[in-house]
Amino acid sequence: MRFAIPIVVFLLLVVVFSFGLFNDPRELPSPFLGEQAPTFEVASLTEPDRVVGSADYAGKMALVNVWATWCGGCRQEHGFLMQLARSGAIPIYGINWRDNRPEALRWLEQLGDPYEFSAFDADGRVGIDWGVYGAPETFLISPEGIVLHKHLGPLNAAIWQEDFVPLIEAGGPSS
Amino acid sequence: MSRLIALLLFFSMATVALAIDTDKAFDDPELQARYEHIIEEVRCLKCQNQSIKDSNAFLAGDLRREIRRMLSEGKSDDEIYDFLVARYGEFALYRPRMSGKTLILWIAPIGLLLAGGLVLVNVLRRRMAMPIDGDAAAEE
Repeated sequence: MRFAIPIVVFLLLVVVFSFGLFNDPRELPSPFLGEQAPTFEVASLTEPDRVVGSADYAGKMALVNVWATWCGGCRQEHGFLMQLARSGAIPIYGINWRDNRPEALRWLEQLGDPYEFSAFDADGRVGIDWGVYGAPETFLISPEGIVLHKHLGPLNAAIWQEDFVPLIEAGGPSS
Repeated sequence: MSRLIALLLFFSMATVALAIDTDKAFDDPELQARYEHIIEEVRCLKCQNQSIKDSNAFLAGDLRREIRRMLSEGKSDDEIYDFLVARYGEFALYRPRMSGKTLILWIAPIGLLLAGGLVLVNVLRRRMAMPIDGDAAAEE
């Protein structure tokens, strides 16, 4: 009995510290989760004269992927995005964040273009509205325009299967 | 030894020049003061232990630009903090505001202090009640 309290306190500390240890401080909860996704309207990367935006995917389940040529993780996930686009599971919309047009175009030409369009966010305004702080970031948007999920860092098949597929199948938030 | 001290002094005087837009943003000294205060209060999400005032990450630059824009549009400090919290969450502010989600941050230190105080009082009481015997005194 004498040792019960210190042991309980110790175990509590172990729980708190292990949470802190395994919790990635860079991964912040998005304030948009379960909320209406931000909107945007900017020029397209591939067709500078065309204005593209969130209205283009209204009413559809969509994936919004923030990418840039300077971002290593984006290159890492590009193969998977291509695969996903080919599978036709979900339309992917890109936000080309703080990038340089010729380089971004070359990237799409060389690695393939999985996007329905890429919004060209040269000055980072759209990124700020979406609370983007580290590419790649991927948002799953419901047909009603609600953010169902946000993934920080490169996507791959395992993450897709675990975090995205159940939400897409449920067709709504299921947390 | 004196050489070492000289060397240490030399390095402590060195300052780092970073490519931060330190130019005055506003001619109005009051706006400038508010601007400088706000950018010290906002965390750079890309480099989490720096404020956007100290960071030269492009995201910090973008946020400084947005804050300058909002200030020149006549937005209040609270409107600017709201703008940031709505996008990046409470974490963006170095001094999170009191709300349901951040309540524990504000209460925990006081709670821990009280708990520690209670334990201390308890232990001292018990010690005072203990008879002072020769062996224990010799140990101390």
